[in-house]
Amino acid sequence: MISRRRLLVGGTSAGALLLGGCDSLSQNDSFRAVLRSAEGLTMRAQRLIMDRDALAREFGEADMSPVFRSNGTTMPGTPEYMRHLANGFADWRLRVEGLVARPLGLSLPQLRSMPMRTQITRHDCVEGWSAIGKWHGVPLATVLDAAGMSTRARFVIFHCMDRFGDVPYYESIDLVDAFHPQTILAWGMNGKILPMVHGAPLRLRVERQLGYKHAKFIDRIEAVDSLERIHGGRGGYWEDRGDYEWYAGI
Amino acid sequence: MDAPRTATGSSGLPARAERREVLRHRLPTRLWHWLNALVVIVMLMSGLMIFNAHPRLYWGHYGANFDPAWLELPPFPGWATIPSYYDLAGARRWHLAFAWLFGVSTILYLLASLLNRHLWRDLVPGPRELAPRHLWQEVKDHARLRFPSGEAAARYNTLQRLSYGAVVLVLIPLLILSGLAMSPAMDAAWPWLVDMFFGRQSARSVHFICAGLMLLFILVHLAMVLLAGPVNEVRSMITGRFRLPPERAS
Repeated sequence: MISRRRLLVGGTSAGALLLGGCDSLSQNDSFRAVLRSAEGLTMRAQRLIMDRDALAREFGEADMSPVFRSNGTTMPGTPEYMRHLANGFADWRLRVEGLVARPLGLSLPQLRSMPMRTQITRHDCVEGWSAIGKWHGVPLATVLDAAGMSTRARFVIFHCMDRFGDVPYYESIDLVDAFHPQTILAWGMNGKILPMVHGAPLRLRVERQLGYKHAKFIDRIEAVDSLERIHGGRGGYWEDRGDYEWYAGI
Repeated sequence: MDAPRTATGSSGLPARAERREVLRHRLPTRLWHWLNALVVIVMLMSGLMIFNAHPRLYWGHYGANFDPAWLELPPFPGWATIPSYYDLAGARRWHLAFAWLFGVSTILYLLASLLNRHLWRDLVPGPRELAPRHLWQEVKDHARLRFPSGEAAARYNTLQRLSYGAVVLVLIPLLILSGLAMSPAMDAAWPWLVDMFFGRQSARSVHFICAGLMLLFILVHLAMVLLAGPVNEVRSMITGRFRLPPERAS
């Protein structure tokens, strides 16, 4: 008969083994590959049950967060950014390049004169918090269509002006999200010009994914056929540096 | 109701009358139990790491640092989390991969238990068992650690039915649904899901509360197994065969 004491001791040692085992598994490449395979499964399953253009919930004014907290970089302190900030982004241009027929350089007034979409949506951070805010911007599809995207393009990269050390922030989405009606390049927030802490002059809203996909301080959009040659090759700063999922729908 | 099946020895005669063996747990139950012994622990521990990224809970659609939290906890210690160090991306990899095992195995188990009538036969209590007098008697017996013996031990008692039934039919479905309700893509695909919980931050709160109840269930469950005779109980969950405790003179 196993005594209770032996069971307790055994249970504790098994627990310690489990913990140590989990840490070494977390650092084991083949086990990580198994865990990572869930990401593709989740993406395919969610895309299967979700209409391509299914909309994220849009809220009313009364539902908005009293304070929309900022996150990530709140001030890209590079000399280039500070120069743009000082003169109200007058010389700043959004470059649209890569696999496009007509590379563009769009000024802020040009972007603001394009068709505008306003949406009050919930922003979900990967850490767990949510905030509801109002965004004003031009649908990404309008900009991509103006540039005449090649049929070879499969992803859209957003290059940002903020740096983590020497490494620039960037993000990417596929064409399902790029051409989604709520995917906008926002130049305004809560009825005002987009504030610096939220990504002035231009940020992405990609409402069916988590916050780190919503690139801020964008100055260049690139249409590509593969993510492999871009920075670390995984499609985003946090994907390269922290092993966060490229598909952040959950 | 089916009568418990009697195990027969090689002679074809029933085993010793006072320690009759019954088929207690069918294969789907046993498989799911041991899978869950692993999966639920990984889910709880990786979930605590994810919680540590923002250890505040809110009610409603939004909630972040400037909003009132109904619960704020200090971070959970390393021995309680997977990985044991701060790694939100790593914990998400564990949690969202094991969530697939948890969800799919739950659906298969529920289907099997509908087909083999396990749900109605063993888990959902009948009106006679729910009668206050009967229930009170069982509570008193349990409190005095007088567990059913002899033939009465062949089947789940009412407290077992209530706790196992609640976990299988309420707690685990709530855990899965509230987890899915936190996914921005799921909320676009199935808006009713997040409405069920009155918002994404409420869903996160429900998810945490249910995880706490799950932990409570596991602790009580383990204590009861130890008190009721761990060898017989554990063996019955491995082989399916439970040896009835000898009839107690009452």
